[in-house]
Amino acid sequence: MSQKPQVPAIEGWHTMAAKPHLIGTQCEHCGTYFFPKQNDYCRNPNCDSTDFREVELSRTGTIWSYTNACYKPPAPFVAQEPFQPYAIAAVQLEQEQMVVLGQVVEGVSVEDLKVGMPMELVLEALHETDDDIKVTWKWQPLAQ
Amino acid sequence: MSKEIAILGVGMHPWGKWGHNFVQYGVAAAREALADAGVPWQDISFVSGGATIRCGYPGYVAGATFAQALGWQGAEVNTSYAACASGSQALAAARNKILSGECEVALVVGADTTPKGFLAPAGGYRPEDPDWVRFYLGITNPTYFALYARRRMDLYGDTLEDFAAVKVKNSRVGSKNPRARYRKCFSAEDVAASAMVADPLRLMDICATSDGGAAIIVSSLEYARKIGKGDAPRVAAISTVTPTFASSVVEMPDIATDSAAAAGVEAQAYRASLPVKAYEEAGLGPSDIDLAEVYDLSTALELDWIEDLQLAPRGEAAALLRAGDTALGGRIPVNVSGGLACFGEAVPAQALSQVCELTWQLRGQAGDRQVQGAKVGITANQGLFGHGSSVIVKK
Repeated sequence: MSQKPQVPAIEGWHTMAAKPHLIGTQCEHCGTYFFPKQNDYCRNPNCDSTDFREVELSRTGTIWSYTNACYKPPAPFVAQEPFQPYAIAAVQLEQEQMVVLGQVVEGVSVEDLKVGMPMELVLEALHETDDDIKVTWKWQPLAQ
Repeated sequence: MSKEIAILGVGMHPWGKWGHNFVQYGVAAAREALADAGVPWQDISFVSGGATIRCGYPGYVAGATFAQALGWQGAEVNTSYAACASGSQALAAARNKILSGECEVALVVGADTTPKGFLAPAGGYRPEDPDWVRFYLGITNPTYFALYARRRMDLYGDTLEDFAAVKVKNSRVGSKNPRARYRKCFSAEDVAASAMVADPLRLMDICATSDGGAAIIVSSLEYARKIGKGDAPRVAAISTVTPTFASSVVEMPDIATDSAAAAGVEAQAYRASLPVKAYEEAGLGPSDIDLAEVYDLSTALELDWIEDLQLAPRGEAAALLRAGDTALGGRIPVNVSGGLACFGEAVPAQALSQVCELTWQLRGQAGDRQVQGAKVGITANQGLFGHGSSVIVKK
């Protein structure tokens, strides 16, 4: 691993802590969560609130489903050369009652995953630039 | 008052990768539909076009583009964009015009020329665009299809062999369709030998994008009787409902679902809600359906649709497939056109092509693909941004 600084690939979407959280918003009125953040209008049809607070989402959940990417996606994805396939998981967050997609950490393949499996959020490199390492959230099987 | 309209004529330009301007396909389909209906172009008073949007290409202003190509004759025009449901939305616009009494006979048309290679978002750093975000994070279209497929495997016990069997079934019947792009009969071994794209889906489980055009001539029932076509198939229902919050399934291009955390909110599956309004509007139920044309963006998705249309209980579509029920000659044939597996997707034409197939089937004109005694058919499709549709056609 190079000594370049680690910076978020997308600014403000997650904390940079050792045990990171996604950053969403929650409607002050009805309690609906939003990720990515929603600060302007509540999308619950029973609610017309425009007041939101920023919240850290649960950093653990269970697998709703999973797959992998065997082919290099087009830009803006920045691929390693040679391209390394990676797994992807859709993880259900209990408290928020929502499903969030993300890559699965390197070294974990679809054979290691199962619907319902507990997962936790971690940070890992998405790609490197000349100046820094862009990190993003990824899902990792929860240590037993 | 009856909400039904008559289908007087249908036409399709064969699907392929022809590389011509999309207008050419639409004109060919429209002329075939007009000839099939026996209605002169000059009598059409409303042209309703299904559109797609690609980088602002102005030619995709569909209604007027086709009206001009066929020769301006003063007809009113409409252009509908509803992603994969564009054709159904254009059909609904024509139905409204006819049922309101403003128009007797209308042309509905959609055509597409797909660009080469991946459909990718514009560049830069644009985290406000969910399409940009998901590509940046490495999540492509097959990711979503594969998530749905894998969930079927883990929850219901569907297998790779089941998914391959959908391809084998559709290619067998599609090989008999002169308008299909892929007309080879594929075997389970062919599917298994194709490259894995997004586990568990292989290249041959996922549909391609194609050029194509489809057109339909629709009229009031009175007009149909007047020209001696009182027994023409009818559009009995068109559902173009949007999702109901909180939408429970992660959909392209989003990175997350709605949250169902608020009191009084339940997570709801969008696909399953699409036919509900169609059945209600037609006064028909799943047991009345003789055949279905569903949007098989992947082989596994055909199985999801069978359950969404309530043609099988949740989780049991693969059992129907294994029993041969969904094949031509089976109890409830699905995608006897060959489906997207044999056509590839031509977005603004695809929903209309499903209605064309049902029309040929209900008229008994489907030749080698004919479902014997077909009286009622249903279509279903879903696309980006909360667009989807389900249309019921009956004799």
